Amino acid sequence: MAILIDKKTRIIVQGFTGKIGSFHAQDMINYGSNVVGGVTPGKGGQKHLGKPVFNTVKQAVRDAGVEASIIFVPPAFAADSIMEAADAGIKYCVAITDGIPTQDMMTVKNFLRRFPKEERMMLTGPNCAGTISPGQAMLGIMPGHIYMRGNVGVVGRSGTLGYEAADQMKALGIGISTSVGIGGDPINGSSHRDVLEKFREDKETKVVLMIGEIGGQQEIEAGIYAREHLGKPLIAYIAGLTAPQGRRMGHAGAIISSAGESAAEKVAMLQDLGVTICPTPSAMGETVAKVLARM
Amino acid sequence: MDIHEYQAKEILADYGVKIAEGGLAYSPEEAVQRAREIGGNIWVVKAQIHSGARGKAGGIKICKTHEEVEAAADELLGKTLVTHQTGPAGKICSRVYVEAGTDIAREMYFCIVVDRSAERVVLVGSAQGGMEIEELAETDLDAIKKIYVEPAVGLRDFQARKMAFALGVDEAHFNQAVKTIKGCYRALRDLDANMLEINPLVLTRSGELVALDAKMNFDDNAMFRRQEISALRDKTQIDPREVAAADHDLSYIGLDGDIGCMINGAGLAMATMDMIKLAGGEPANFLDVGGGASAERTEKAFRLVLADKGVKAMLVNIFAGINRCDWIAEGVVQAARNIDMKVPLIVRLSGTNVEAGRKIIADSGLPIITAETLADAAEKAVKARNEVVAREKAASQQRGNA
Repeated sequence: MAILIDKKTRIIVQGFTGKIGSFHAQDMINYGSNVVGGVTPGKGGQKHLGKPVFNTVKQAVRDAGVEASIIFVPPAFAADSIMEAADAGIKYCVAITDGIPTQDMMTVKNFLRRFPKEERMMLTGPNCAGTISPGQAMLGIMPGHIYMRGNVGVVGRSGTLGYEAADQMKALGIGISTSVGIGGDPINGSSHRDVLEKFREDKETKVVLMIGEIGGQQEIEAGIYAREHLGKPLIAYIAGLTAPQGRRMGHAGAIISSAGESAAEKVAMLQDLGVTICPTPSAMGETVAKVLARM
Repeated sequence: MDIHEYQAKEILADYGVKIAEGGLAYSPEEAVQRAREIGGNIWVVKAQIHSGARGKAGGIKICKTHEEVEAAADELLGKTLVTHQTGPAGKICSRVYVEAGTDIAREMYFCIVVDRSAERVVLVGSAQGGMEIEELAETDLDAIKKIYVEPAVGLRDFQARKMAFALGVDEAHFNQAVKTIKGCYRALRDLDANMLEINPLVLTRSGELVALDAKMNFDDNAMFRRQEISALRDKTQIDPREVAAADHDLSYIGLDGDIGCMINGAGLAMATMDMIKLAGGEPANFLDVGGGASAERTEKAFRLVLADKGVKAMLVNIFAGINRCDWIAEGVVQAARNIDMKVPLIVRLSGTNVEAGRKIIADSGLPIITAETLADAAEKAVKARNEVVAREKAASQQRGNA
């Protein structure tokens, strides 16, 4: 089944006609994602990449039954685009845009909280590589060919480190149900835990690999959730063993600012919660294989 | 992005927060001039560096005469101060702030910060000021009051009053406290700050509420719409290698090890550094070249890594997604040819077009060590580094014998 997106999911691209939006929209279409069109205000009625362009997300939802969107809008306008998607009734949105101001993200999260939970749009990102259900649909910018379909759910902050994990697993013949990038920003649409909730309901997903980083409390919250509710094994790798205190390691979210946020502390706490730890970043594939072999 | 104390105080003054009279000086003579303008008979000369805990590092001097002001400024200007926040390299002091001495009756702590897990702005205050809030949190958590602000509504008066009570402000100073708290919140919100800290906020014997120190940190992502804040950036407070990197839109952080790194993606970069450490080495830097690593960009990244003369080996680890390994390989070969590489180069490519990329490296005839996996790459880098160090050691011994 996979989570969030599958073959049938009807997708639009916000920021469709821009250079980056066009490039990745084409890539998603080539992968087999059901991209039904895009939104660029003022260009409604035109065709782009052989698909219709809409003026508003609302129009796309009404006329094309769109369920999911992906955002390539520049940072200054991205928060507005996310809120437009939520308002139009989009169910799932991926924000690829890197560099959205923190205050804008606080406004976005506040806006989303106004909706009753069952009607609330799920947002992943910003500053992420997107989501892929291998062999079905890609809503992101990842190299689709490195992912093999299977039973491991993946959730992580980093794009390339997620590719590394997919590559290690593929080399061992292990496939992925869905891989979700939650992004490297301090405030993101969904947490590791939010994604674990989705994996819990998915029959195809047998185990989950969480690729975390230094900074924040999200990995620990996910570990607590996994112990109480996940009902399947959680495996984790935490990047940033060598990261010094108070320095931001590329991702705005990857900064050790208080106790419990270093890689060593997170690993110790996750171990206490019963999470299987990948001892090194090159052991993600083999650790998953070991856990699968025990099942 | 950080700014200096005097800059934060200028901003806060505009938002109705009371500060002591003061002025900036770049020389001892200017410092005396500032002291004369301020008047009185007690002054504080404060080193302007991007760090807290300056007092413990000798960066704050209380002076009773103009001669003392001159001597204090002379000592601080050009001096590198090391605090527990600066790291061992410290920060250079190129300007001092001269301030009128304040007759302190009571010290309080006040700060506003973006709480990332609550996804809200939080006001933090304590009636006990003057010490590090981390220490206070450890000794007496009840002494700290936290008030969360609803993003859609903003800070309300009743919340500011609640904070003023928590700070233990008496009736006579209550309105001033509310004004200060609200002013700070407005400054944070209007200017896209992540953090604003006043430690200490003091009540003077003459009955005024004054921000004795001020620290502000801003959201880098919002600087496109805050040109006036962006202009306050002081490059002397940032590692010059990081400044050069930022000019080329590369994400670089200098570290203390000797294995230089060039990697795409922040997460993979951190993981590769971890792998180096696990293999027994120490990374010299964090460097994320990002998604579109063109040949020019690759060469700039190489120059940046190798500008650190302590680097004994260089590791390139690229997982090509949107990129293609053959393009990256061409960039690496070009960079290695254009730069006179004196240290071994280890390259690991993976992802899109990996075979073509590896062929370009192999056919280049350059002494590049290639690796297939992350672990392999880290081990080869550490081995190459150790060989270089052993050779250098042997050579220096030989020189010693001769």
